[in-house]
Amino acid sequence: MDVFLQQLINGLTLGSIYGLIAIGYTMVFGIIGMVNFAHGDVFMVSCFIAMIVFVMLTTVLGLSSIALAFLVVLVVSMILTALWGWAIERVAYRPLRGSFRLAPLISAIGVSIFLSNFVQVVQGARNKSMPPVLSGGITLVESDSYSVVLSYKQCLIMGVTAVLLTGFWYLVQRTPFGRAQRACEQDRKMAALLGIDVDRTISLTFVLGAALAAVAGVLYIMYYGVVSFSDGFVPGVKAFTAAVLGGIGSLPGAVLGGLIIGLIEVFWSAYFSIEYKDVAAFSILAIVLIFMPSGILGRPEVEKV
Amino acid sequence: MARTASDAMPAAALPGTAAPAGALGGILRDAALYALVAFGLCVPLVAYRTDPGPEGLVLVPRWGLVAILCGAIFVLRLLQRLLLLRRDARRALTASPAQATEAVAGEPDAGQKTSKVGLKVFVAVALTLPVLATLATGDLASSRYWIDLGILILTYVMLGWGLNIVVGLAGLLDLGYVAFYAVGAYSYALLATTFGLSFWICLPLAGLFAGLWGMLLGFPVLRLRGDYLAIVTLAFGEIIRLVLINWTDVTGGAAGVSSIPRATFFGIPFTADEDGFAAKLGIEFNTMHRVVFLYYLILVLALITNFVTMRLRRLPIGRAWEALREDEIACRSLGIDTTATKLTAFALGAAFGGFAGSFFAVRQGFISPESFTFLESAIILAIVVLGGMGSQFGVAIAAVAMVGGPELLRNLGFLSAVFGEGFDPSEYRLLLFGLAMVAMMVWRPRGLISVRMPSVSLGERRAISGAHVSEGHG
Repeated sequence: MDVFLQQLINGLTLGSIYGLIAIGYTMVFGIIGMVNFAHGDVFMVSCFIAMIVFVMLTTVLGLSSIALAFLVVLVVSMILTALWGWAIERVAYRPLRGSFRLAPLISAIGVSIFLSNFVQVVQGARNKSMPPVLSGGITLVESDSYSVVLSYKQCLIMGVTAVLLTGFWYLVQRTPFGRAQRACEQDRKMAALLGIDVDRTISLTFVLGAALAAVAGVLYIMYYGVVSFSDGFVPGVKAFTAAVLGGIGSLPGAVLGGLIIGLIEVFWSAYFSIEYKDVAAFSILAIVLIFMPSGILGRPEVEKV
Repeated sequence: MARTASDAMPAAALPGTAAPAGALGGILRDAALYALVAFGLCVPLVAYRTDPGPEGLVLVPRWGLVAILCGAIFVLRLLQRLLLLRRDARRALTASPAQATEAVAGEPDAGQKTSKVGLKVFVAVALTLPVLATLATGDLASSRYWIDLGILILTYVMLGWGLNIVVGLAGLLDLGYVAFYAVGAYSYALLATTFGLSFWICLPLAGLFAGLWGMLLGFPVLRLRGDYLAIVTLAFGEIIRLVLINWTDVTGGAAGVSSIPRATFFGIPFTADEDGFAAKLGIEFNTMHRVVFLYYLILVLALITNFVTMRLRRLPIGRAWEALREDEIACRSLGIDTTATKLTAFALGAAFGGFAGSFFAVRQGFISPESFTFLESAIILAIVVLGGMGSQFGVAIAAVAMVGGPELLRNLGFLSAVFGEGFDPSEYRLLLFGLAMVAMMVWRPRGLISVRMPSVSLGERRAISGAHVSEGHG
């Protein structure tokens, strides 16, 4: 039971990170119908940005307040990663709008290869590890053999995710931008006829997705403390799995899917085998796509002939 | 970065052509904006390199590099805008052709005209490469580099042609093709090392196993289309790789399988003793005999792939593949068995991947899961797409460009004199590869050879533009 509780906490933490990345996939798929293959690598880039900014703040500028440093890192990473998201959309996807269907996917694979190798060239191929940031935690259950600990880092991750998702939900549901975004998702041509700047809305969607990936990146680097240039692919695929599982195009679905994937991965590692945890994630992806392609909260796709 | 706003150009450049003097300021401002964005992208990723120090990470500032990158972006964008300005000014004077008719007429364009001659040159060079390389480098031993490169390129040509059946003809986007390559390679490696079977028995078996796996994996994904199909095949590819890594008892895990038996000349080994190939033929022993033999082996395998594909295209099954790519629902209403059609495409493509895989194993003598990553699938897919999906010759050209091109980087050693010591151009291989994929999609999304010859037609056979070929949804 204690082990179960601890794994539940770990799973929800990991799931929050996947959920944040999954939103980027689901929004982009909803609005232009493409799998943004490079999104996982955008997340990886944001991990590096966060790490560098954090090291700069603490060692070079000598900032002692962890809370302030975290806030600055969060804001700076979100802005810079959003710029990456914007630039990628502008360079690699926008010229392909209206091209044949595979073109954006192949372009996205190209961007993904470019990003991971760009980071490898400029930052080196080795794993980068950061000094631990926030240690300690709240002991929930104390026993002689096993104690369940909710660390401050995990509290922070779940807290930040909840706050940002609420803000994001407000943005999509209650603001003019959110309305434009949802309109483009339903019918891009009609939205354009009604005076919505479709290109701008799509750009902003990429910017928002990248910013949320940056939040995930900051939390990831704080939690694990290690990142390498190739760390974008697997979290990217898992987050995509989360988006599909929750029902692609659905924002609450993405978060729900993220949490489920996080829980499955953690419990699988704890109770079955840690070697096959990625196999489990990939199998879920295949099974979900084959047997319930519209996911848990998604709308079934109707094909018009 | 250089080709970004070309879609927005016609509209933006129209006022520019009227007043080129005023446009210059706008172009400068635009280029400066690009440089500014590049600056934002470079900070802090390029500006600070993280190096492990005694107490945690140490930041090494590199602002000079940032300045060089931003300057390069500025100059490139400026040049691009200036060139486009001249082109648009020239275009404004001539009447624009009606866009719709342009595509339909299908006049053989320059690419198609050259492709007829190019095909002959390509086959001629491929057939005589060992001779050419020997003549060019002086003796057989020093031509080894070129023949090895030829083998590598031909392996990718064969993989490209195999995948072309699935993606180009049947329109099923497969991102996990490397799995079948792996199945073929491991089939040969394991059969040869455990049961001591010879390469010539294992080659058909490897193709058979890979084909079976193709069917097995193809079966559950029959209902999926487009991007979803791509992602599921990617997942299957990764699952097979992860199983190869973790199933240590059988596959040797991450260490792979080593000391795989070498190829023999139909039973005669390439060794120096009296049973060897050289002694039987009464010629002097040379290790290059084996390499040249491998070269011709992969050439023959690749040509068989091509021949089979071209023949199948004219058979009912090949026509069903192409019909499936164009419109699945119409296919079904005309009574085509879409299940069988999709599965044969999957199985046949996979079988050719398996042949190529067992060739890879016999050539390397060592295989490990490292060689079968997603990146390989992406490279093979890129070759098919860049070649112009469905065009056999285009695929061959693309394989030469994508595999041979990066090899050129190795020979650019003199650049280290310019960029300082420790500059290794081959580090940038994949970086440029990714950029090339994006640039190709923006510049020529239909690939290098973008015209098609219909496999059947009423009356005169005329080439059609690739823009009319559907990319498939299934």
